[in-house]
Amino acid sequence: MIERNPAAPLLQIEGLAKRFGGVVATDDVTLGIAAGELHAVIGPNGAGKTTLIAQLAGQLPPDAGRIRFAGEDISALPMHRRSHLGLARSFQITSLFLDLSVLDNVALAVQARAGHSFHFWRNARLEAELRQPARAALARVGLSARENLPASALSHGEHRLLELAMALAGQPRMLLLDEPMAGLGPEESARMVGMLRDLKKELTILLVEHDMEAVFALADRITVLVYGRVIASGAPADIRANAQVRDAYLGEQEAGHA
Amino acid sequence: MRRLTLRNVVVAALLAALVLLPVYAGLAHDRFVLTLFTRIVILAMAAVSLNLILGFGGMMSFGHAAYLGIGGYAVGILAFEGVPSGLVQWPVALGASALFALVIGALSLRTRGVYFIMITLAFAQMAYYIVAGLARYGGDDGLTIQKRSQFFAPLDLGDKVQFYYLCLVLLFAALYLVWRLVNSRFGLVIQGARSNDMRMRAIGFPTYRYKLVCFVIAGTLCGLAGALLANHADFVSPAMMYWTRSGDLIVMVVLGGMGSVLGPVFGAVALLVLEEVLSGITEYWQIILGPLLLLVVLFARGGIDGLLGKVRHD
Repeated sequence: MIERNPAAPLLQIEGLAKRFGGVVATDDVTLGIAAGELHAVIGPNGAGKTTLIAQLAGQLPPDAGRIRFAGEDISALPMHRRSHLGLARSFQITSLFLDLSVLDNVALAVQARAGHSFHFWRNARLEAELRQPARAALARVGLSARENLPASALSHGEHRLLELAMALAGQPRMLLLDEPMAGLGPEESARMVGMLRDLKKELTILLVEHDMEAVFALADRITVLVYGRVIASGAPADIRANAQVRDAYLGEQEAGHA
Repeated sequence: MRRLTLRNVVVAALLAALVLLPVYAGLAHDRFVLTLFTRIVILAMAAVSLNLILGFGGMMSFGHAAYLGIGGYAVGILAFEGVPSGLVQWPVALGASALFALVIGALSLRTRGVYFIMITLAFAQMAYYIVAGLARYGGDDGLTIQKRSQFFAPLDLGDKVQFYYLCLVLLFAALYLVWRLVNSRFGLVIQGARSNDMRMRAIGFPTYRYKLVCFVIAGTLCGLAGALLANHADFVSPAMMYWTRSGDLIVMVVLGGMGSVLGPVFGAVALLVLEEVLSGITEYWQIILGPLLLLVVLFARGGIDGLLGKVRHD
């Protein structure tokens, strides 16, 4: 029987591990993310952040450990089943349907949550049930004017926004965002931060991000990964003050900027 | 809204020519052109079915001619065994093709890229050798069909004009079917999987089963083309399903325009008419055809339909 404790975190990770040959990508990661929280995961390159997201989304099977989402053990579920439970993911490297239109991209994300797609006859591009939520999600990220262009015609910044619109269109309970700010200019970054600030009122978000300004502006809690291990987890102020974190990561980055 | 674009003019001209062809053949007493175009219409239908998986689904099947053979042999074998009724032969042809597609699709769709190409080729060649080994049905030499599929009066497949129109109606029906399919929810899933399969799974589509259903629909449709081809030639042989025939179908799809509903019809007409004209000029016609194909692949990625200034289907 599944225990449903209201105080239990929405996403609970226990002892998650993954190695690629001799390389340890995630090493005994234990982490709880409460409903409504924006939880940032930071760490130097190669710390296993993307691997962690891939394991949570179901793209990579973990070598050990368990993942519970909303009280259900999802460790063995395939990617599409996790998505149906409300766990949506955006990709670090833009992963879109480049030869389909912007609106088609988002409408597919809506369609994914609208039951099976063995409908062979009706023109899906004329179904308000699919197109309206897709248009609403596009409006939310400010891409309405671009809906008829092929996704390949958008700029990099717009691709990141389209990624976000697709994640939103499925009406998820939790977003796994893998570096949504990657490659964005300062203006676009600020826009993305504003959008995420809005979204965190409605959704639980796990945010992997290199942009420290954005992380500290948005996160309720921060977890620091180094070589696949959690070296610290706590409120932003605690993380900033943590000597081990400064050594391993923050200090190094500040030195890099100097 | 229909505008007077080059493409619309060409499409209208092609369709009108296909519909009026028997009239011309009758007036000019040219039986050969009717035979040639019956064959073109049938192979166009096979190419349309391949385009569904190759052009829209991104599934590079190199064994599509197998269904031509299976559909054809279903007709040939039943005729040989004293079952001349098309009402039996054709459902068997469709069912056998669907079953074959289900089995090889279920196995080959678990692989990707070159492996998918090789495994579909391997299965088709297996079917080829099995058929070539059927001594009772002529083996390598093939099997003559004494009597074309029997339907209710007044439909008579022995009448060349009637048979041509039957093939043409079925081609138009196949085009309509594909057009509905690719614009439906199912069709968008298939095109999404072609574009980015991993992302499709990430947003919640179990793409494997959609691709498998698509693969079976395409195989079944090609099986129907096989049943027509057997009736057209009054003969079936393993050569119908040899791998070079699969290659011809791919050429038709690529030449005409992958992922365009009408593209394979352009491709089939262009390839087979060129073949006919060039082979009348020189026996080394392939030396001319080869570079032409190269030019299309290198400089006209959208095929003939792309050259005509096609707007994407939406």
